[in-house]
Amino acid sequence: MSLTALTISQARSMLQAREISAVELTEAYISAIEKAKILNAYVAETPDQARAMAKVSDAKLAKGEGGALEGIPLGIKDLFATKGVHTQACSHILDGFKPCYESTVTQNLWDAGAVMLGKLNMDEFAMGSSNETSYYGGVTNPWRRHNSNKSLVPGGSSGGSATAVGAHICAAATATDTGGSIRQPAAFTGTVGIKPTYGRVSRWGTVAFASSLDQAGPITRDVRDAAIMLKAMASVDLKDTTSIDLPIPDYEKAIGKSIKGLRIGIPKEYRADGLAPEINALWERGAAWLKEQGAEIVEISLPHTKYALPAYYIVAPAEASSNLARYDGVRYGLRVPGDDLIDTYEKTRAAGFGPEVQRRVMIGTYVLSAGYYDAYYVKAQKVRTLIKRDFDEAWSKVDVVLTPATPSAAFAPGEITDPVQMYLNDIFTVTVNMAGLPGIAVPAGLSSEGLPLGLQLIGKPFDEETLFQTAAVIEQAAGLFTAKNWWA
Amino acid sequence: MSVDEKTVRRVAHLARIKVADSELPRLAGELNVILNFVEQLNEVNVDNVMPLTSVVEVDMRQRADVVTDGGYAKAVTQSAAASEDDFFMVPKVVE
Repeated sequence: MSLTALTISQARSMLQAREISAVELTEAYISAIEKAKILNAYVAETPDQARAMAKVSDAKLAKGEGGALEGIPLGIKDLFATKGVHTQACSHILDGFKPCYESTVTQNLWDAGAVMLGKLNMDEFAMGSSNETSYYGGVTNPWRRHNSNKSLVPGGSSGGSATAVGAHICAAATATDTGGSIRQPAAFTGTVGIKPTYGRVSRWGTVAFASSLDQAGPITRDVRDAAIMLKAMASVDLKDTTSIDLPIPDYEKAIGKSIKGLRIGIPKEYRADGLAPEINALWERGAAWLKEQGAEIVEISLPHTKYALPAYYIVAPAEASSNLARYDGVRYGLRVPGDDLIDTYEKTRAAGFGPEVQRRVMIGTYVLSAGYYDAYYVKAQKVRTLIKRDFDEAWSKVDVVLTPATPSAAFAPGEITDPVQMYLNDIFTVTVNMAGLPGIAVPAGLSSEGLPLGLQLIGKPFDEETLFQTAAVIEQAAGLFTAKNWWA
Repeated sequence: MSVDEKTVRRVAHLARIKVADSELPRLAGELNVILNFVEQLNEVNVDNVMPLTSVVEVDMRQRADVVTDGGYAKAVTQSAAASEDDFFMVPKVVE
């Protein structure tokens, strides 16, 4: 068995038993990355740093010491600040930016003993659902349709993270999710992705997109690895006032627990017009698996579901236009000289931001401009209260909600050009961000064309344990999905 | 609501993004597609609904108003396109 085929939990046992060394494991990944350049998953590789970190891990492991992720090689989404290493949110405007600080999430991972392989490709500033908006070019999905050589997108915005995990060129990856950017790419690549409750993971040092929605989480090969990663990433952080001071449970303990008597909500609004028969069948199969294990299936109503996406496309661009105001050509990255300061700002931002980012910044600027604030932003924030209220009412009847993760399997680059059509990829995931809830995407089967499809579980605030418990049951029934290696 | 080219020019200026006149029709079209999409929210009755400001009910953490960090001007200004003596350099703004 190749070392890169090991999950985190398998590698952890072998590292602790000294059957393999962290240096060997890291070398295996460095060589796998070298052979997978065609996927374009990494935008910066840090092999020397990885080797040095692995050496330190081996010294600790030899003494029987080490953290929860000691010697585990990870890929880091380009959105997380990593000290002295390429951090550009895959935007041209942050050209050459190497922060002088480390994000809280990555610091937590290094403190737990993890090894950094490099920075992963993503949609520019996490704005996209296909990784096509990256300044560094698109990422190729390790999966292809049956009897086809055509490239497919890995989803987005965490497309590099999903491809790297699916193609075994890191053991696991960090990712972020503002409207579905962890769960949609996980579903497209047969991997597991969890967006935790808003406030579970510190946002400090993570490039901000929409501050009231952004939350970091892991993409991994199986549910257990997601539990291990989330525990290491989560923390209460004085540098992020929205991080919540609640104990972080040992999520792994939830895996294998019986779901007998657990109430599973099936929201009827998600059955909405045009749901692909294949997706509907997957959803019904998922419910049947849970029922077989003793769970109770309950139909629920989340009446404001259809308004989540339009409200999102006010709230997220509004917050983005404010957050991205800092990219002015003065303090970091690109500067295009102009006639005066304003002209410098305008030329820098026109050259530095890609079309999708410009579109969203302009929408955000418009909805926040004088005379429109109440009609758009305040209205959308009120709709958010109604979306959250729908869930609050549902929690009196159910413990967890089951939905499809995406409306389709992965598509080809260039296949979706209309922005609103692209936004519809997040139709099942975005309500979760609007309500601040945790959601996990878990692979549940293959499409008729042989592509991975995922189911989503939505939990009560800070009840990630029930998500891991239930997702593990789906995983047990569906099995694991690994792409056939055609790239190396 | 929909935007015309004049509005797009104003918004682009507010957003500090240089837009050529030739691009205004395309941008107005794209922004209107999105604005039409979000119009659906007009169907929702939000009377007596408070805007969501936080997804979890907690009191904002507070701390003493004292300096706890800082003092690395050099590290901060080293990322800039132009800096001198720990200051960011910009085109002249005062005549």
